[in-house]
Amino acid sequence: MNQVLIQLAVIIVILLGLTTVSAGLIWLERRLLALWQDRYGPNRVGPFGLLQVAADMIKIFFKEDWIPPFADKPVFVLAPAIIMVTTFLSFAVIPFAPGIGIVDLNIGLLFFLAMSSLGVYSVVLAGWASNSKYALLGGLRGAAQMLSYEVFMGLSLMGVVMLTGSFNLSAIVEAQRGLWFVIPQFPAFVIFLIAGVAETHRLPFDLPEAENELVAGFHAEYSGLKFGMFFVGEYLGITLIAAMITTLFLGGWLGPVLPPFVWFFLKTFVFICLFILLRASLPRLRFDQLMAFGWKVMLPLVLANLLVTGAIVLARS
Amino acid sequence: MDLLFYISGLVAILSTFMVITRTNAVHALLYLIVSLLAVALVFFVLGAPFAAALEVIIYAGAIMVLFVFVIMMLNLGSDAARQESQWLSPRTWIGPSFLVLVLGSELLYLFLSVEGQYFSQEYSGPKAVGIALFGPYVLGVELASLLLLAGLIGAYHLGRPHRH
Repeated sequence: MNQVLIQLAVIIVILLGLTTVSAGLIWLERRLLALWQDRYGPNRVGPFGLLQVAADMIKIFFKEDWIPPFADKPVFVLAPAIIMVTTFLSFAVIPFAPGIGIVDLNIGLLFFLAMSSLGVYSVVLAGWASNSKYALLGGLRGAAQMLSYEVFMGLSLMGVVMLTGSFNLSAIVEAQRGLWFVIPQFPAFVIFLIAGVAETHRLPFDLPEAENELVAGFHAEYSGLKFGMFFVGEYLGITLIAAMITTLFLGGWLGPVLPPFVWFFLKTFVFICLFILLRASLPRLRFDQLMAFGWKVMLPLVLANLLVTGAIVLARS
Repeated sequence: MDLLFYISGLVAILSTFMVITRTNAVHALLYLIVSLLAVALVFFVLGAPFAAALEVIIYAGAIMVLFVFVIMMLNLGSDAARQESQWLSPRTWIGPSFLVLVLGSELLYLFLSVEGQYFSQEYSGPKAVGIALFGPYVLGVELASLLLLAGLIGAYHLGRPHRH
């Protein structure tokens, strides 16, 4: 009974922590973008503009939650929930520190891939259910983009799995005690980073929403809290990918002096900032460039990486 | 664990029934996804987590996305839904129901006649599946990969830009 209560408490703390962090990221992103573009950003509400997030949330809660009459109502409501649910579920397998995590699944990495592949439905169904041309185009782009980049994402992680010999994320972190996988698996690290940006459809890969050609893409018809779920879901996705990069390639919680959790948090934070820097510095690609880059550059690279890693692992054993 | 098995089995059956009876193609596909997820849970409960994960990644997460993608592009309206509901007239149920009854009674007979354990409690992780695939079943794996390669080349040929 006590064990169950502790487990429940951990789950609630992680859920609340993640929601707070991803909402806070909205403020962080605006401030960092402003810094890099030589302006101030939100700095009026509270200290350093920190309460801007609270103000935004209050605004979004009280906006009219409108469902267009031409939309497919049940699917329209379901779509924003899917991205939140799948992203939160992915966090279940991430070990934040030794013993701190929701579940230590022996197929943890596969679970993460499964959840990220289910997340595609959010974009696709939102685009379809909105029953408008911009949303549909955004949904189609989202489906093609996320489906393609999932392939490279999954394949790039198989090198890590080969070196560890396990799909368990804690085991993967433990296997990096001597050397972080970012060094022997550097190509896989770069490919995973790029695929991660494409999976969360962030700039420069935000073709599904591309506001200057598709209004707002798949969530053009959404308002109020449902739009807020897509918005926070995007930041949750960034946090998830950053946490996965930390776990898989940068030794997770491992590090000297500081407690494990702090190391995990610091490494994740660096990658979140990198995601924001990418947005600040890179222009958006064209859609055919995005697909050609994926299939013609990323796929051969990831297969070559897999081949070389496999050969080395075989030769050493 | 047995209870989990029955619940997810029930969900799978109910959602499959909904797949057949929905007239809106996208709604039917959504129920099919739910059915696949339920089957994945059945695999998980039976001690095959690797099969469960692959069911979600490949069937629910990749193949069904392509189905939804195609259906979206077809832009089926209310006309298609009306046509579908015409096909679902009570008379069309007679043949399939008879066949299902035969299969169902066979299954019931098997359950009643064979004694012993129905739930496989043997755990088979990713390693066991890999050893089985590249050990006794290597011929099947090779055949499947040949088939996929043929499909890939066929798709490439069809999608090749025409030169005049």
